[in-house]
Amino acid sequence: MVGDGPATPVLEVRGLSVRYGPALTVLHGVDIEVPAGSVVALLGPNGAGKTTLLRALTGLLPFHHGRVIGGEVLLEGKPVGRANATTLVRRGMAQVMEGRRIFAELTVEENLRAGAVTVRDRRRVAEVTGEIFAAFPQLAHRRGYQAGYLSGGEQQMLAIGRALMSSPKLLLLDEPSLGLAPRITEQIAERIVAVGAAGTTVLLVEQNAAMALAISEFAYVLQAGRVAMGGPAAVLRDDPDVQKLYLGDG
Amino acid sequence: MDKFLQLLLSGVALGGIYALVALGFVVIYKASGAFNFAQGGFVTLGAYLVYQFGTDWGLPFWLALVLAMIAMAAVGMFLERLVIRPMVGKPTFTVVLITLGLLLIIEQVVRSVWTSPGLVLEVPWGNGRSQIGDVVLRHADLWTMVSGAVLLLAFFVFFRYSRTGLGMRATALDQEAAAAQGISVARSFAVSWAVAAAVAPVAGVMLVSRGGGALSPAIGFVALAAFPAMILGGLDSAGGAVLGGVLIGLAEIMSQGYLDISWLGSNVEVVVPYVLMVLVLLWRPEGLLGTRRVERV
Repeated sequence: MVGDGPATPVLEVRGLSVRYGPALTVLHGVDIEVPAGSVVALLGPNGAGKTTLLRALTGLLPFHHGRVIGGEVLLEGKPVGRANATTLVRRGMAQVMEGRRIFAELTVEENLRAGAVTVRDRRRVAEVTGEIFAAFPQLAHRRGYQAGYLSGGEQQMLAIGRALMSSPKLLLLDEPSLGLAPRITEQIAERIVAVGAAGTTVLLVEQNAAMALAISEFAYVLQAGRVAMGGPAAVLRDDPDVQKLYLGDG
Repeated sequence: MDKFLQLLLSGVALGGIYALVALGFVVIYKASGAFNFAQGGFVTLGAYLVYQFGTDWGLPFWLALVLAMIAMAAVGMFLERLVIRPMVGKPTFTVVLITLGLLLIIEQVVRSVWTSPGLVLEVPWGNGRSQIGDVVLRHADLWTMVSGAVLLLAFFVFFRYSRTGLGMRATALDQEAAAAQGISVARSFAVSWAVAAAVAPVAGVMLVSRGGGALSPAIGFVALAAFPAMILGGLDSAGGAVLGGVLIGLAEIMSQGYLDISWLGSNVEVVVPYVLMVLVLLWRPEGLLGTRRVERV
């Protein structure tokens, strides 16, 4: 139902199933489409498989002894096959991991440079760094600080900035509002909107459904490893089940 | 005063050797968080390769040294691929034990390949020495200090400014997050082993040359003497390795020269580095220049 226009979606997930170890199957045939230039939200309770889906998309499953056991992922219409994380970054994917995962002992600037290891052109790196410092002035003031000393909100901004360093076509964010004060969450949401407006396609995984639905065009609800609902964000906002389960109007 | 200057010079030079050995440990620790005991074996093998290429085959010394460095880089990458890569994701302790096994294997290989006793490595500076006032400067010591300084500078530039170096530091801190940035964890490991193994022949040559040129399969065990140097300086700091090396070298030589604690028996200087290490660790557990774990509370 989503993205049935003529343009190829940036991301298509077809029947994706993922298993950890010998027997723990976490995703059961997930179908998702992320149209070019859109912000798509992925909602769902803890343990629904949201983070697993992101790991599968970005080649990080091997770090968790997980593997894809069925289905396929297409990036700009081309199957990614068994591409590893490095290849996927080169092909235009970047992510903000759950818990931010910044390099605490590196400086703010080094964290950003680490996000640009796939970029050969030093001038380009300097240019993008400038853009990110312009978008996150707080980071610019602390460029020489060890990143671990930043506040939670600043660390989240750094994680987003780091992911943007490779100028991705598709940005995947895992719970960017986790553990942040409402005011900071608002700032983060504004940044995500700005990223989307600048032409980067966004897949946003969130527990904070109100925030996610407010800034996305499409949304999916993942439950127990399956897509339970999907459609325009406005429709999901008005859905009684979504309101009851995720928007706290129950 | 002359005695002090003489000991100072000698101590710094000995420290330079420890530092060269410790640099090899640090580069692998920095990328993978694993302690590589085989570094001592690399030092031994590296020195024998320089002997083989230079003294035995008659190639010019500097060419022999460069060839040995390249050959050792290949050996390092090969061993990493063969026995370390399959251990990615396994407990670090297991990896460390494997490197201990590698040390013993390499030493045995050296014993089997170079069987004739009394091999002597020829170096261009030979046993040369210069008299400056009342202080004697051994040329071997001078070259040790120069090569230590050059390599330290190269390490600094590499880790601070190159993409590969930064990728290795990020890998050491958080492998998964590094991979998520597009940093190849496998490549970081391979490069760290190549670099560590490549500096080993330099350390080996300096070590052998300081001892007069006699080769022995046991020279790798000086790696154990570099142990306190590296821990004292901070396991993940190239600067710390050099600082630690120089401090330990000085402590050893100075205690040899000045300490006369006969009731403790002879060779007190052998223990001094460890005493110094313990004292420093009590004061700064991460070592003098090691990275303090950043934790925001």
